[in-house]
Amino acid sequence: MRRVVITGAGTINALGHSVPATLEAMREGRCGIGELDIRDVDRLSIRIGGQVHDFHAEEVFNRQQIALYDRFTQFTLIAAREAVAQAGIEFSGELAARAGVVLGNSGGGMNTLDANYRTVYEDGKNRVHPFVVPKLMNNAAAGHVSMEFNLKGPSFTVSTACASSNHAMAQAFAMIRSGMSDAMVTGGSESMLCFGGVKAWEGLRVMSKDACRPFSANRNGMVQGEGAGVFVFEEFEHARARGAEVLAEVIGFAMSSDAADIVMPSKQGAARAIAGALKDARVDARDVQYINAHGTGTAANDKTECAAVADVFGPQADALMISSTKSMHGHCIGGTGAVELLACIMALRDGVVAPTIGYEEPDPECALDVVPNEARDARVEVALSNAFAFGGMNAVLALRRV
Amino acid sequence: MTVKDKVIAIIAEQAVLEPSDISEDQTLEDLGIDSLGLVEAIFAIEEAFDIQVPFNANEPEKSGFDISSVRSIIGEVEALVKAQA
Repeated sequence: MRRVVITGAGTINALGHSVPATLEAMREGRCGIGELDIRDVDRLSIRIGGQVHDFHAEEVFNRQQIALYDRFTQFTLIAAREAVAQAGIEFSGELAARAGVVLGNSGGGMNTLDANYRTVYEDGKNRVHPFVVPKLMNNAAAGHVSMEFNLKGPSFTVSTACASSNHAMAQAFAMIRSGMSDAMVTGGSESMLCFGGVKAWEGLRVMSKDACRPFSANRNGMVQGEGAGVFVFEEFEHARARGAEVLAEVIGFAMSSDAADIVMPSKQGAARAIAGALKDARVDARDVQYINAHGTGTAANDKTECAAVADVFGPQADALMISSTKSMHGHCIGGTGAVELLACIMALRDGVVAPTIGYEEPDPECALDVVPNEARDARVEVALSNAFAFGGMNAVLALRRV
Repeated sequence: MTVKDKVIAIIAEQAVLEPSDISEDQTLEDLGIDSLGLVEAIFAIEEAFDIQVPFNANEPEKSGFDISSVRSIIGEVEALVKAQA
């Protein structure tokens, strides 16, 4: 069986515009959630989010690029540049012919949709910019990454709502493990913090107006974030041969479907994905020290997730650390699994477990060690990353320290 | 149509029942209305009466909108409509 390692990581999200900045914020338990700065925010009842601030696209991209890059594509390219630079990999020849990019994304170019619907419906104009379609399509970011880095193998975008990135990274992992490719660029991104994007979420009545407090008894909903996480996954011998620094090893994954309800999570579906990832990774429950939780801060997710973890781990569940970094960067929807994989890498590589901030009151239905409010030093050999999506689609990744 | 009749009609539609089959003592659970049915009913109520219903599915008991029975929902909507006037 071929081994798969991570040799590069990149991100931009509410906590920082790079991996070092993001990990520093996670170590310090800093909150990136605040007042939304978007058009027509006064017509929203939800006015907070994990928004990326101090980001000026025109300083990074030229005019022609901005005309083609929705914000989710901009985020993706920034993260991909950081990841590929860290990996120090150059895609050419046979490597490039088989290397691709698989990204997760849920909403596509929501800012582009929002702005152009406004143009035709609100402003009554009968003409929109010619690049609306190539800008808003869900695979736009993957397309631009393939072009920028000469990735000529299998490339596509996976859309499974909040599990998109985990499904995408699982796919990239499977392709390398099976021998289809020696290196893949993978991760995901999302940018739906615009009027229409937030308004749509408001309708479900699951959003918090004040904070994201996963696992806390007084939690009152999720908070939307935005951003991207992108990684270079590489076959182990390939990475070693070129002397690349290895950040962590991906050792397994599992996907499952609840086949039950379009929004309510299922303990059985989540448990099957967690147990499946352990089995695929050939590790036992007692080998795992950390789980990066899906941990949305909704009443339903957090208690279901804790019950699923308790089912799979049995008495071992009490020895685990499980934290939700959504409390800091918000729920980055289709990009969230990728941003959260950084917390797993930090746990494995630096021995620092990111906290669940905003934790105020224990909830008997979430009676696990959620690493409340402060990061913790710990030796972590194996970590899992959970993602459970609307649609009842679950994907869990397993990683190991190298 | 009174507020009460309108609310019952909205709930009946969610429950796929005739309004005459709805009793005020029933809970949404009795009527087979799940969490999605509930938020859809609240949306329909907001649209029908042009009101804002304070309801967060994460903390229904703290929402200030009592959904424990058909009767309580009617009472809450009547109060909101009155406050609006």
